[in-house]
Amino acid sequence: MRMWFVCRFCCPAAQSNSNPEWEAKVLEYFKGQLREKESHSWVPSLNDVPLHYLKPNSLVKFRCLVQDMFDPEFYMGVYETVDPSTKANVLRCGKYKDVTECGVDLNSRNTVTAERQTFYCVPIPGESPTVVSACQGKNQARVVPSTSYVPSRQKRSYEEDDDDMDTQPQKQREPHTGGKFGTPHGNGDSKRQETEAPSSQTTAPSDCSSHLDLNFPLPGERGPACLVKVYEGLDSFKLNDTLEIYGILSVNPVLTVLGEEKDPSLLLLNPTESMETPEEQRAHDPPASLVPRLHMLYARPLQHNNPLLPSAPTEDQSAFVSSFLVEMASVRAELLAYLTHVLLGDGLAAEYLLLHLISNVYTRRDVLPLGKFTLNLSGCPLNSYTERLYQIVQQLVPCSYRLSMSLHTMNSMRLVPKKDYVANRLVSGALQLARNTSLFLDETQLEQGQLDSSGVRNITALGNLISWQKVDYDFSYHQMEFPCNINVLVTSEGRSLLPSDCQVPLQPQVTPPNMEEYLTTIHMAQFTSQINKFRVYLSLARTLDYSISDEVTKAVEDDFVDMRKDDPQSVTAEDLHRMLVVARLLSLSLGQTTLSRDGWMRAKHIDMLRRSRTEQQKSLNGNEP
Amino acid sequence: MSSPTSTPGRRKRNRDDIPATPKSTAKGSDDGLVSPPSQRRRGQDSSNGDLRAMPTSPATDIASPAVHDTSLFSSPRLNVFSVLPSEVDMSSPLMYGTPSSRVEGTPRSGVGGTPARQRPDLGSIRKAPQVDLHSDADGAVASEQALGQKLVIWGTDVNVGTCKEKFQRFLQRFIDPTSNEDENAGLDLNEPLYMQKLEEISVVGEPVLNVNCSHVQSFDADLYRQLISYPQEVIPTFDMAVNELFFERFPDSILEHQIQVRPYNALKTRNMRSLNPEDIDQMITISGMVIRTSQLIPEMQEAFFQCQVCAFSTCVEVDRGRIAEPAVCRNCNTTHSLALIHNRSAFSDKQMIKVQESPDDMPAGQTPHTTIVYAHNDLVDKVQPGDRINITENGPIVVTKLLNSPTGIYRAVPMRENPRQSNVKSVYKTHIDVIHFRKTDEKRLHGLDEDSDQKLFTEERVQILKELASKPDVYDRLSSALAPSIYEHEDIKKGILLQLFGGTRKDFSQTGRGNFRAEVNILLCGDPGTSKSQLLQYVFNLVPRGQYTSGKGSSAVGLTAYVMKDPETKQLVLQTGALVLSDNGICCIDEFDKMSDSTRSVLHEVMEQQTLSIAKAGIICQLNARTSVLAAANPVESQWNPKKTTIENIQLPHTLLSRFDLIFLMLDPQDEAYDRRLAHHLVALYYQSEEQIEEEFLDMAVLKDYIAYARTYINPRLNEEASQALIEAYVDMRKIGSGRGMVSAYPRQLESLIRLAEAHAKVRFSDKVETIDVEEAKRLHREALKQSATDPRTGFVDISIITTGMSATARKRKEEVAQALKKMIQSKGKTPAMKYQQLFDDLRGQSEAAITKDMFEEALRALADEDYLTVTGKTVRLL
Repeated sequence: MRMWFVCRFCCPAAQSNSNPEWEAKVLEYFKGQLREKESHSWVPSLNDVPLHYLKPNSLVKFRCLVQDMFDPEFYMGVYETVDPSTKANVLRCGKYKDVTECGVDLNSRNTVTAERQTFYCVPIPGESPTVVSACQGKNQARVVPSTSYVPSRQKRSYEEDDDDMDTQPQKQREPHTGGKFGTPHGNGDSKRQETEAPSSQTTAPSDCSSHLDLNFPLPGERGPACLVKVYEGLDSFKLNDTLEIYGILSVNPVLTVLGEEKDPSLLLLNPTESMETPEEQRAHDPPASLVPRLHMLYARPLQHNNPLLPSAPTEDQSAFVSSFLVEMASVRAELLAYLTHVLLGDGLAAEYLLLHLISNVYTRRDVLPLGKFTLNLSGCPLNSYTERLYQIVQQLVPCSYRLSMSLHTMNSMRLVPKKDYVANRLVSGALQLARNTSLFLDETQLEQGQLDSSGVRNITALGNLISWQKVDYDFSYHQMEFPCNINVLVTSEGRSLLPSDCQVPLQPQVTPPNMEEYLTTIHMAQFTSQINKFRVYLSLARTLDYSISDEVTKAVEDDFVDMRKDDPQSVTAEDLHRMLVVARLLSLSLGQTTLSRDGWMRAKHIDMLRRSRTEQQKSLNGNEP
Repeated sequence: MSSPTSTPGRRKRNRDDIPATPKSTAKGSDDGLVSPPSQRRRGQDSSNGDLRAMPTSPATDIASPAVHDTSLFSSPRLNVFSVLPSEVDMSSPLMYGTPSSRVEGTPRSGVGGTPARQRPDLGSIRKAPQVDLHSDADGAVASEQALGQKLVIWGTDVNVGTCKEKFQRFLQRFIDPTSNEDENAGLDLNEPLYMQKLEEISVVGEPVLNVNCSHVQSFDADLYRQLISYPQEVIPTFDMAVNELFFERFPDSILEHQIQVRPYNALKTRNMRSLNPEDIDQMITISGMVIRTSQLIPEMQEAFFQCQVCAFSTCVEVDRGRIAEPAVCRNCNTTHSLALIHNRSAFSDKQMIKVQESPDDMPAGQTPHTTIVYAHNDLVDKVQPGDRINITENGPIVVTKLLNSPTGIYRAVPMRENPRQSNVKSVYKTHIDVIHFRKTDEKRLHGLDEDSDQKLFTEERVQILKELASKPDVYDRLSSALAPSIYEHEDIKKGILLQLFGGTRKDFSQTGRGNFRAEVNILLCGDPGTSKSQLLQYVFNLVPRGQYTSGKGSSAVGLTAYVMKDPETKQLVLQTGALVLSDNGICCIDEFDKMSDSTRSVLHEVMEQQTLSIAKAGIICQLNARTSVLAAANPVESQWNPKKTTIENIQLPHTLLSRFDLIFLMLDPQDEAYDRRLAHHLVALYYQSEEQIEEEFLDMAVLKDYIAYARTYINPRLNEEASQALIEAYVDMRKIGSGRGMVSAYPRQLESLIRLAEAHAKVRFSDKVETIDVEEAKRLHREALKQSATDPRTGFVDISIITTGMSATARKRKEEVAQALKKMIQSKGKTPAMKYQQLFDDLRGQSEAAITKDMFEEALRALADEDYLTVTGKTVRLL
């Protein structure tokens, strides 16, 4: 509430003086307000409130991915208007606005030109429906048609819970949160239908050409795309950043009129106008009703988009982390049991899947990304097992996407973003994903046949993604490399044709007569509270710091030398690489932030188990490479 | 039309010449309302000066044709012009101008006689705010002499007189003895540079004077500041100054139009990213890559109206993109009788060009920015978008430009008159008017291009690099900075380092030998999983013009070039492949062994001749592919078999192998100490923080700059001692082999040595190749040979493994067996026929070394070739 009239006054406030200081003050004010604990939740979110419910020129927030960055534009930062009747000159501010007031004096000497940049932002691709609904639940500012506000205190945000946590005993919190995020809110439900696609539709890789205009990375996505006008700190933003943007919503219909009014006389008079191709016009000035403009006041980079975790790195978070660490091991055991069931009783595969789910590229050494852990689950049963598996993974992680690698999709789908010079925009591809998105490559769908050139390019792109964690965007005259951080899980029958860090042949211990039913029962058997705990666990384990003491380093070295002594062929540098990653993930999964000797031995042990299984598979299959 | 030589000239005039001045003056004289043409010709500030400085007098022109004619005939070079007037065909439909003007106007000279040409690049847009003050300016100019230095053009601190004087002084006096610009080739550096250029203009007749802004700055900083800040005012003043000077000096010269000054290299060179509102209406230089060009746009400069009733005509100049149609004919007072005659209106050429930031100067993780640029008149069609055919030309194009006032304002103008529309979008449209284009890598297609990568190094940067170079251990430092995440393999890294620097390019085309390859090619072979690919990736990321392909995924066309139909123009265009794209860079080829034979065969030409010949779909050409090849190959049996030779292990044709300067084996050394160090290295990789790593190793950016600098500026040559050392080294290599009856070195190896030595000298930033360079080259070369050309049977290094595919020992051995067999048969006396099996057993019994059946058969075959015996079935007969 407060926010709304803040933004109402902020622009006119500047009129009196063109002193740039007010700008800094405005920003300060907003940042200060937003820092206050529950203030985030008062601001309505573009993600879950349909556009027509939002008041124009009000403060909104938007959780999004920067899909494209347009050229910087110059606008009238300060301008003067002349009232035709009184001839009085008024100085006005153009910041945070798209459209000027009437009667601009174009020859005024007081005009100040300022610069801003436009980002094209889309909702985070592949965001799990549960995240969406949870975020929605968290948000207290519901659709507000008027300025009166009825506080609904019974719905409390998670942050508040965190505040309470310091004083309240741990166990009280849990059923509380569980109930809250698990059950959908009746309140928001009907409205959600309008913005969000049902979950089944989000995952289906159907090609919605009608939405293609909005340039979502993944097919079948919906949601508001937004043109965000950025005023400060342009260099701090990067493509594919996930941000929570607070800004002033602008849906002035004039924007659309101006964009579409292609008066021929205007064209004649102003040849510059004709320079923009219609495609470009469409891409850069879409109707405001479809793509609203958002004038950014403040943006918060999102480390993760898991609504169950405190988002800002504050004391709250560290308190939350330390409290969760205690039960980490038990949650891990539960999750492992759950995954083992899902993987048909294969405990080793479950262990690896768990490690995979918390993997994260934490740094890069020259070209080498460290911490990635691409898992290849081979020997997956056919007929829709992988699909069910994906649904379970999707449940657990905040962002995911299943790419069914059928011949047709590989040949026809655009994976790598490409610059369209005609429309002057970056046409998105399925590999333009936010950090820590789980990419589920379903190779069981691949059949025999021929890949055409785009298919080969797509496979190469996937290979690059897995090996180097980078995507080479196609800029037609050159390629540009964008580093990424995507967890790739490949399910295949035999060994995958894509490279992977680690291959685990699935060895089902149970053969349920009806796979569908089996998985569904497992799925249903879990309480939402349980699932929520898993979600928190997976997101949290990823963010932990990690180190190796000198002592353990020495031990690892010795171990390596010993292993090589026995059989130099069996252990290579690559194996050591992998084992170090496994050891790291294993320690983190147990909530340990340093590698212990035990941890190392365990890592060695499970890697040995896995290797023997792979060998076994090889001998079984004869001469598999 | 009479003379073929004149035709192109004429067509050009027709297209881009705005109706010649004197004519319209004549025309204009009977309609008093139109201002004198000279005044209209240029930005209005200059026009004031124009008026004063060079009073155009058509009368003089007309009165003095005879004088000109004589001068014309004396100089055959001017024939084109002298022919022109007579061959102008009035009835030709191509003639749009008023005929009379051509006849009178063409034979001309002197400032007044030469038509000034509008400079749309300077923009008439600024007129708007100045219109009111125009009278001020007029007054100022008119009374300038009286008031002296005090008057300036409104809104600036430019005084036309002083500015002109200063610039003339600059032109007359500026000397740059250190100039090494290609444009100044052939000029005497100790004479005033621009006076020589003016002379050139008088000879060549191209009325454009390119002025390097840095020269202006070093001569007169204040003038430079004015030029940068008020280009729209200052450049016309420069034009005036230069024309006065020129026609004073070469009064008889005839130019198509008055000389235009094109400043370039404004020191305020901007990254596109750093453009901001303060740059509006300033002169700046940016660099980028052309991504799109529009078609030619005729932009109306002057509209020609004719009364439908009395045929009275009038001209209206474009004002802020609009033309005010006269409502009443001033001659017959009929209202709304004037119609626009397109044919007689004046148009100028205009082209929209989209320039994108070059990938080099972009921060990581952001998308490149684009800017709209307008080229005018003869700058139209000077640049091509991304140049599909010469896609290697995607180097930066430096554009000196004016950032003009935003046109968003003009969009607002009609809105004001339309009361229904009250709000306007507050965004401006910006563009840049080009004054000068400079293709930085124009010369790439022909010949040397050492300075093509005009990467600008700041003084401090150069200082840092030089400091680094002066360190005695720079070579080791750099090699360890290369791919620090990859463990050891010091020699391989050193080899790659030398490859990155490359040898000195030499041109022997005069003597018929053509270019000597300066690029070093390296092949890495070894067990899978020895981080070969990683090394390749690193190199690919390090060099600006690197390409990375995989043998499995690339076809011959992917490597070379292919012809495709351009979707836009429907023309056949040549798309270049990885090898051509990496011209002057490094082409990294992974899985070299998986490459198909046909693909590999294209490498033969590239790796020695450094060119690529294409004959496809009617396009026959030879492209430059001066690329270094860094290839990685896996052994055929997936594990390296130490008992086999390199050739046998990787199964590559020896013709290709011999083209690699260095062939390294990347094998698992399998010793404990190594393992320990490796383990330590890897573990450290996983827990060391960024800072620790940074401390230990050189920054990748420094390494990049170091290499770029060395490649650009250092061209080492062999000194006497080094040549001697090389000769000795070569002779030694030959000797080693000759002792054992084999050739152990070929001239190719000598060339390799030279290249490596040169590269090593480059690493030291030394202009001389000295003995230490040769020593290192020798060591590295030997090291590589030791790894790859060691005969597994004898343990000797044997170059013929690589050059002929078979080790000399193997060949010798074969001979020995044959001789032994022959001896044995001879010792048996006169037995015309022998049993095959028995002979084999006898030979085995006699020989100390084990003799296989293959060897025995080979020996028999050798003897049969000598016509000593024949083998029929199971019996051997002597002949």
